[in-house]
Amino acid sequence: MSMQNGGAEPARPDGTEAIRIEGLHKSFGPNEVLKGVDLSVATHEVVCLIGASGSGKSTLLRCANLLEPIDAGTIWLWGRQITGAGIDQNLVRRHIGIVFQSYNLFPHMTVLRNVTLAPVKVLRTSRAQAEDEARALLDRFGLAGKASDYPDRLSGGQQQRVAIVRALAMKPQIMLLDEVTSALDPELVAEVLDVIRELAAGGMTMLIATHEMGFARDIARRVCFLEEGRIIEDAPPAELFTSPKDERTQRFLRRIVDAGRL
Amino acid sequence: MDDSDDGRQQPGPLIVPGVSNMGLGAGQMPGSFGTTGRGPKLLTGGGGRATAISTASTLVVIAALVAVFLLAPGSAQVRHTFFDPTDMWQSFIGNPKKGYYSVGEAIWLNIRMFCVAEVLILIVALVIALVRQSTTPVLFPLRVLGVIYVDFFRGVPLLLVIFAIGFGVPALDLPFVSKLPLAVYGVAALVLSYSAYVSEVYRAGLNSVHRSQVAAARSLGLSQWTAMRYVILPQAVRNIIPPLLNDFISLQKDTALVGVLGAIEANNAAQIYGSTVFNYSSFTVAAILFLLLTIPLARFTDHLIDRDRRRRLAGATV
Repeated sequence: MSMQNGGAEPARPDGTEAIRIEGLHKSFGPNEVLKGVDLSVATHEVVCLIGASGSGKSTLLRCANLLEPIDAGTIWLWGRQITGAGIDQNLVRRHIGIVFQSYNLFPHMTVLRNVTLAPVKVLRTSRAQAEDEARALLDRFGLAGKASDYPDRLSGGQQQRVAIVRALAMKPQIMLLDEVTSALDPELVAEVLDVIRELAAGGMTMLIATHEMGFARDIARRVCFLEEGRIIEDAPPAELFTSPKDERTQRFLRRIVDAGRL
Repeated sequence: MDDSDDGRQQPGPLIVPGVSNMGLGAGQMPGSFGTTGRGPKLLTGGGGRATAISTASTLVVIAALVAVFLLAPGSAQVRHTFFDPTDMWQSFIGNPKKGYYSVGEAIWLNIRMFCVAEVLILIVALVIALVRQSTTPVLFPLRVLGVIYVDFFRGVPLLLVIFAIGFGVPALDLPFVSKLPLAVYGVAALVLSYSAYVSEVYRAGLNSVHRSQVAAARSLGLSQWTAMRYVILPQAVRNIIPPLLNDFISLQKDTALVGVLGAIEANNAAQIYGSTVFNYSSFTVAAILFLLLTIPLARFTDHLIDRDRRRRLAGATV
């Protein structure tokens, strides 16, 4: 796993395509949320998805993790198609970690059990080894003393960091982050963003839906602007944030600037 | 919770005139249904005065009921027929030579039927609930069967199910299953009927766990079954323990219906005593024995509800 090199490995895409999405359509009832999305993320690349609420960012991530069945389109993971019949979704999901806006920790389990459940039950790691690895991860993200606490004893920032650790414990090759700081009090945002920065520095391939424009500008190699279920503009952050080409991107960014969030 | 507490506290000063002037702060309303922030209780806080008032009013009510009972024209007759100490004792210990059974011994059959039925119901109902909650196309016929099953056994009176199984199965004259003790047919009928109810309780519990928990579990690569087993079900069961225990209190009493088959359980033993000796104090004995069984379970249920609420409050304050 590339992450284990810590910050030593440069976070530079190596040219291979980690995930490729083509012509993705997804409707919830009569409401078409994704209207033909094409997107590709290279290995070690960090791509941020920005756009107003309801633009389809979350749905795109959930489709990429096969949590939502898609209506049309194809998704490849390192060149292997993961959509269509006869795909072992559980196997696919082992390689893709996802972290949700509302943490979704298991409230009836301690932090340690939250983190070790999947490695023990899915990867068949021994409990002792899973716990060792979990403690190492918790330690690394400043949660060393929290292993035996229940989630409702933790702050939002701590819970979200546990959720990230829980996903990392499966040693995923791609991480999908779905507005992971949106539910947090402002003073807790930084501790979670720092964790993501560390992952990026370690070379983790990430697709991040976010409202934190400053963070997107810092961390992303590419930023995609979504509106009404389509990717309107896909460019390096320097380009997209300073001289957006599409009129809709300009309008969105103007609103963000007016709101004082960039 | 707090709203309803307030609602019940409001009439306090009206029922007990003058109490509102007793130097209590404006936000501190006295009342017989006080609250300590741990939810309503029968007798709580508000100090010694509130306790004194509630004790006094309870005594007045009981005294009034006892007076009505004692002063009624037929009181002596009723006391002799239903509360005769000698008959109560005789029916409790039983006397086979005189043709009646011990109610105290017969209650053990109720307890045994209850214990066996409870375990089976928990298992059968869970299977039905899981089948009905499943989304696999292959299981569609089973889902339909589950719906029919629940509709049928919730709709048919338990007494009829007991008759149907208890008289029907022996009448079929099948090897093995037609020559079992009567209590076994009774338990089978109880399981069939109660599993329908309890499966709905399970289903409510499964639905009470937020969908995002499923998403979180599946996103980690857990299979549908593993997610159900370790993530959804434990949370669901936690949410339904009070309604489950409520159903079991009901089940404890309904074991008495098995007596219609001729099994010597407490109610049937009491009936036999009554029709042999022509005194119904035996029913009072049976009632007391049932109360001794159900009240601890009821208090235990309340205790669990209370503990759950305290936990949630504790979680919410962090």
